[in-house]
Amino acid sequence: MSDLNKLTITEARDALAKGDVTSVELTEACLGAIEGAGALNAFVHGTPDKARAMAAAADQRIKDGQASAMTGIPVGIKDVFCVQGVPSQAASKILDGFVPEYESTVTQNLWNAGAVMLGKLNQDEFAMGSTNEASCYGPAVNPWQGADGQKLTPGGSSGGSAAAVAADLCLGATGTDTGGSIRQPAAFTGTVGLRPTYGRVSRWGVIAYASSLDQAGPMTKTVRDAAIMLGAMASVDPQDSTSADLPVPDYESLLTGDIRGKKIGIPREYRIDGMPDDIAALWDKGADMLRDAGAEIVDISLPHTKYALPAYYVIAPAEASSNLARYDGVRYGRRAKLGQGDGIVEMYEKTRAEGFGPEVQRRIMIGTYVLSAGFYDAYYNRARKVRTLIKRDFENAYADGIDAILAPTTPSPAFALGAMDQADPVQMYLQDVFTVTLNLAGLPGISVPVGQDKSGLPLGLQLIGRPFEEGDLLNQALVLEKAAGFVAKPERWW
Amino acid sequence: MSITEDEARKVAHLARIAVEDEALPALARELSGILQFMEQLGEVDVEGVEPMTGVIPMRLKRREDAVTTGGMPEKILSNAPDAREGFFAVPKVVE
Repeated sequence: MSDLNKLTITEARDALAKGDVTSVELTEACLGAIEGAGALNAFVHGTPDKARAMAAAADQRIKDGQASAMTGIPVGIKDVFCVQGVPSQAASKILDGFVPEYESTVTQNLWNAGAVMLGKLNQDEFAMGSTNEASCYGPAVNPWQGADGQKLTPGGSSGGSAAAVAADLCLGATGTDTGGSIRQPAAFTGTVGLRPTYGRVSRWGVIAYASSLDQAGPMTKTVRDAAIMLGAMASVDPQDSTSADLPVPDYESLLTGDIRGKKIGIPREYRIDGMPDDIAALWDKGADMLRDAGAEIVDISLPHTKYALPAYYVIAPAEASSNLARYDGVRYGRRAKLGQGDGIVEMYEKTRAEGFGPEVQRRIMIGTYVLSAGFYDAYYNRARKVRTLIKRDFENAYADGIDAILAPTTPSPAFALGAMDQADPVQMYLQDVFTVTLNLAGLPGISVPVGQDKSGLPLGLQLIGRPFEEGDLLNQALVLEKAAGFVAKPERWW
Repeated sequence: MSITEDEARKVAHLARIAVEDEALPALARELSGILQFMEQLGEVDVEGVEPMTGVIPMRLKRREDAVTTGGMPEKILSNAPDAREGFFAVPKVVE
């Protein structure tokens, strides 16, 4: 077998089970691909020794008949996950040199299942950003190129994960999604990205951004792979007080490919002014595909959609300002060099000024402002009330019998690195316009590559599901994937 | 609502982030722009609506009030920028 790194998780699992390939061979293929992909800047801390040891152990486990679906599968881990003994710094200078003494639940679950760790993946600092440009490692680069070889963003914040999966550097990767950080990069790179229901996947050991919105999920080449990988990542975790007490189903077994009679909602508020023709057409096409498969397409209204972005950009920074208060130069990470006579306040202020990048500083300050005396009610409490209304919109739709909602993932295809440099921060925030609503409502969503724009760049559609019904959601996504038949791959230039 | 330079300085201090005086006007402009975007929330009728505390309705989990871990001071201190004799070390706090 050649090009083993190009296999899907499903193909690799089947080949491993038949003895056609070993995990060591799969892992070497990925390590070789990573070695040759420095220009993508996707992997930022390689762990080749660990990978080889884990692969050998996985092969033994397969030989012993103890394999699970993820045993022997080489994966990449977003830098935001703490991995014991491996630098984990959420792409922030303030965590320079931080090497966790403990393991996140998600990664522990993956290792328990026998997955192989290839290394840490690039992202926006503390998962705040939509282009991967806010990273202390420099931006990850999209394997898909623009016209004349223009370098494009892979999206963010899980840009390194998306780039690595799209370029076949790994078979799957972990991501996190607070406002769209799994789904937007998936759409920009022609890959599948699933954000589970809030509480389905443990947040223990995941470096926090906005705790009421953060959720980890898989980024893969296919929907079936996402089902397999989610099954290994999800768990009921006593270490996370918001972990849901629900058993994890066998998601793959729920992939029947039958969605006859399902009601798919098309929310009219998502048809925003200035939506590119390509994306509007793709959305209609996606609805036709689901209708052809026997689903009923229903026009629905989610009246508070317009207020999701401003509510998000109050709530997320408020939580971030609290979460990131822990970076004080005392317990871990970086401490600024102090001047003669500097006291502890100067130490905090200098450490945080040089350790946090501009976007993180901006969000901490916005959060501090909206939580400060006199503004708490006007901004923070009001945003939380609007959040209640946004969630109610979805609840009403589901109560009316809607099974899932179909919408574009992003308002544009991948754009050039640097394109947002001169934009004001709000322009960047508009990237999240279609993704952020479900984070506020705690719902699962999946982005599936469905087509390409005029210049050949991938475009994604997202399905939004009912809480804790990831199995149904994946099944609908499978139908969309099959009907779309998206097989394009980026031409190798790196 | 627009933010003055003085307010920007105050927010930066509350957030414990050093901002040079020259950078304050730009910071104030940026924060004002973002807050202006949030002003839209004022259009929503939130009369009688409860602010959301948790997105998934569930009772906060409880466990027995007992020590479950500990006894690893070296591990706790292993990432500290300055640790001495089993303590985190910081600049002098009390004169």
